[in-house]
Amino acid sequence: MLGVITGFIDELRAAGVPVSMVEAIDGMRAVEAIEIGERVALRETLRATLIKNQRHERAFDTAFDVYFSTVPLPDSTPIEEGSRPDLPPPDRGDGSERAPFDIDALLDDLLQALARLDEEAMRRGARTAVDELAGMEPGRPVGGTYYLYRTLRRLDLADLEARLIEALMEDEDLSEFDQRLLREEIETRLERLRQEIEEEIRRRLVADRGRDAVARTLRRPLIEDIDLMHATTRDLQEMEAAIGPLTRKLAARLARRRRKRAGRLDFRRTMRKSLATGGVPAEPQFRHPRPHRPEVWLLCDISGSMATFSRFTLQFTHAMATHFSKLRSFAFVDTIDEVTDFFGAGVDFGSALQRVTTEAEVVWLDGHSDYGNSLETFNTTYGRQLTPRTTVIITGDARNNYRPPRDKVLGEIAEAARALVWLNPEPRAYWDTGDSAMSHYAAHCTSVHEVRTLRQLEQFIEELTLPGTRASQNA
Amino acid sequence: MNLESPRSVADALRSVDYLPDDRISQVVFLANRLDKPILVEGPAGVGKTELAKSLARITGRDLIRLQCYEGLDEAKALYEWNYKKQLLRIQSDVDHDWGEIEQDIFSEEFLLTRPLLEAIRSEAPVVLLIDEVDRVEVETEALLLEILSDFQVSIPELGTMAARTQPIVVLTSNNTRELSEALKRRCLFLHIDYPDAQREQEILAARVPGLSEHLAAQVARVARSIRSLDLKKAPSVSETIDWARTLLALSIDDVDEEILGDTLHVLLKYQTDIEKAAKELTSSPRA
Repeated sequence: MLGVITGFIDELRAAGVPVSMVEAIDGMRAVEAIEIGERVALRETLRATLIKNQRHERAFDTAFDVYFSTVPLPDSTPIEEGSRPDLPPPDRGDGSERAPFDIDALLDDLLQALARLDEEAMRRGARTAVDELAGMEPGRPVGGTYYLYRTLRRLDLADLEARLIEALMEDEDLSEFDQRLLREEIETRLERLRQEIEEEIRRRLVADRGRDAVARTLRRPLIEDIDLMHATTRDLQEMEAAIGPLTRKLAARLARRRRKRAGRLDFRRTMRKSLATGGVPAEPQFRHPRPHRPEVWLLCDISGSMATFSRFTLQFTHAMATHFSKLRSFAFVDTIDEVTDFFGAGVDFGSALQRVTTEAEVVWLDGHSDYGNSLETFNTTYGRQLTPRTTVIITGDARNNYRPPRDKVLGEIAEAARALVWLNPEPRAYWDTGDSAMSHYAAHCTSVHEVRTLRQLEQFIEELTLPGTRASQNA
Repeated sequence: MNLESPRSVADALRSVDYLPDDRISQVVFLANRLDKPILVEGPAGVGKTELAKSLARITGRDLIRLQCYEGLDEAKALYEWNYKKQLLRIQSDVDHDWGEIEQDIFSEEFLLTRPLLEAIRSEAPVVLLIDEVDRVEVETEALLLEILSDFQVSIPELGTMAARTQPIVVLTSNNTRELSEALKRRCLFLHIDYPDAQREQEILAARVPGLSEHLAAQVARVARSIRSLDLKKAPSVSETIDWARTLLALSIDDVDEEILGDTLHVLLKYQTDIEKAAKELTSSPRA
C-alpha cells in the first residue's frame, strides 16, 4: 500500500499539483488511522491531506481513480490488479461462441436503476455495458475516450433519457414547471451514469496496462497551466473562479505603499484617551492613513487572433471592476473605444461581453489589429486624462499586421502615467517574429510580461512592484 | 460524544441536525484523530461556520470564535497587556523596587486574553472557530501558525503558553484570496460545495419542521436549477432554508411559476440575478 501511495503522490506532482514533503507524511499518517479497505474513506483522507486547493481536485480525482481503482467501494466485490477478472478474453474477436448479448435487457435494468436512483444497480449496469459494448482491446495505449464514446453510442443516452422522463412522469400528474425541474434532475442522473461508465473503463485500463501507464495517458495540465490562447470554454469557466482572488491580490499590490507608521499623531484623541490613565498618554493615537486608491486603465486587444485570450482578459476586467472603483477599460482592434460602462456594478459577464462585441466601436478600417492607430487614437482622446497615479495595463500580442508601430505615442503615454505594463500572451520566443512589434513597444514600458497561463498571471501579480506615485513620494 | 469512526461522526452530526456528506465526516474524524486543524473552504452559506457550531454541540464544548477582518492584529487576536491596570499598579506602589514591580506587572494578572489565547488557556476543551480567515492580510496569517501547528502561544515577557487541553480548530475561508502555503500545510483541507438535490432535500427536512416531502423536493430542485445559471451570487443553503420557511409561512404546498416569481427575492439578493432567474425559470421549457 505504501508503494501505491508514493506512486500516487509522484503522479500528482507530475501533474503539477504541489504536494510538499510534510503533506505527504501527513497523508501517510492519516491513512494509518483509517480503514484502508474502503475507497471513499481513503479518497477523502488523501484529498484532505494532499490537496490544498480546489483547482487541483480534478487532477486528484483522475489520478485517484487510476491508482486506487482496485480498492473496493463499500458494497461491491474487489478487483485484483493484474487478474483482469472482468476483461473479456483477448480472443473474443468472433463473438459467435457466446450467447448473443441482449441490449434491451440492459437498457431496462439501467432504466430501473436510474428511476430508483439505485447506485449499486447503476454500477452493475455500467459494468455490463462496458463488458459488452466497449469492445476493449487489451494492450492498446489509449486513454479510454474512444471506448467511452463507443459504449455511449450503443447505449443511446438520449433515448434512455426520453424513456426515463416518460417513466417518471407517468407516476404523477405534474405541472409544466415540475416537469422541467424533473427533466433537469434526470440530466444529472444520466451524468452520474456516464461517470460510472467512464470510471469502469478506466478501471479496466488500469488492470490491463498498469497504473503508471494509464496515469500518464490521462494526465492533463492543471487549470493554471493551460495556454490561454487555446483554452476551451469549459477551461475558461473554471478559470473564472480563480480570477477573483487574483484581482483582489492585484488590487492590494497596486495600493501598497512603502511601509510607514499608521499616520500622523492625533494629538486631540491622545489627550482625550490619556484622561483614563490619569493624564499619562499611555496610548498614543494616530490618524488613520488615507487609503491609496489605485487608478487602473486596462487596454485590451480584442481582435480575432486574440479571441480566446481577450475573452479571458475581459473576464479579468470584469472581476477587476468590482475591486477598483477607478478602473477604466478600453478595447481595441484597429481603433480604440472605452468600454468601462459595460462593466458597471451588477452587470454579469455574459451581457457585458455581448455589449463589448456589438456596441463598442473598435473597428475603423478593416478589423485587423492596428496597434499604432489604436494607441494614437487613445492618446489624442484620453491621453490628457492620464495622471501620475494611473497605471496603464495593455494586453495584446503586439502583432501589428506590418503596419507602422508608431511606438513614440506609447512613450508619451508612459510619460504621463505612473506605470505602463504590457502583458503578452505569446511565448517570449515568438516575440518580434513575423509582424510582432513587441520590442518597439517594450522599450517604453515599465515592465513587459509573458502571460500565457493563469500561473504566469499569478506570478506577474506576485512580483509586481511599481514606482510609487508622485503624491506618496512627496509625503 | 464518540468520534471514533467516520460513521459515528456522521451520526453525531446528524443528531444535531447537521447533515454531513462522506467527505465532511471523514475529515472531521481525521482532524479529531490526528489533532489537526480543519480549513473549510467553499462558497458563502454552505454551512462552514455551522459545521464548527455543530461540532461544539456534539462534543459539548464551548465555542470560541475569532471573526477575522482586514486590520485584525495581535492585540485583538492573541493577547494584549492591560496598560491601564499596569499603570495604576505602578502609581499605587511608588515605594517598591522597580525590578519587583516589573516582575509583577508582566504577570498573567495583567494579561487581557483574546480569542486565540483564550482557547489555549481554557481549562475545559473548546472548539476554536477562526472565521473567514481569508480576510486578514497575509502578514497577519503568520500569527496563526504557531497555534495551528503546536497549539501554543509565545509571549515574550511570560514565555510559551501551551494548550492545557487539545482544542478542535476550524478555520473557514470564502476563498477571496489564496491563503499562504504555510497555513494550508498545517491544516486538513475540506472543500464544501453546494449539496446535491437529494442531500439538500434532507437538510431542508431536518431544518424546516413541518415541510412536506413534496415541497422539500421541489425547493431543492429549484435551488439546483437556479445554481446552474450564471449568477452574481448563487442561492446558499441558508437561503433555500429561508425560502422553504417562507413558503411554509404562506401555507403554500406546491410551487408553480407564479409563486416562484413572487418569492424569488428570498433566494436571490441582486436585482439582475432575480430578473435573469425569473426569465430562465418561468419561460417555456428549454428544448
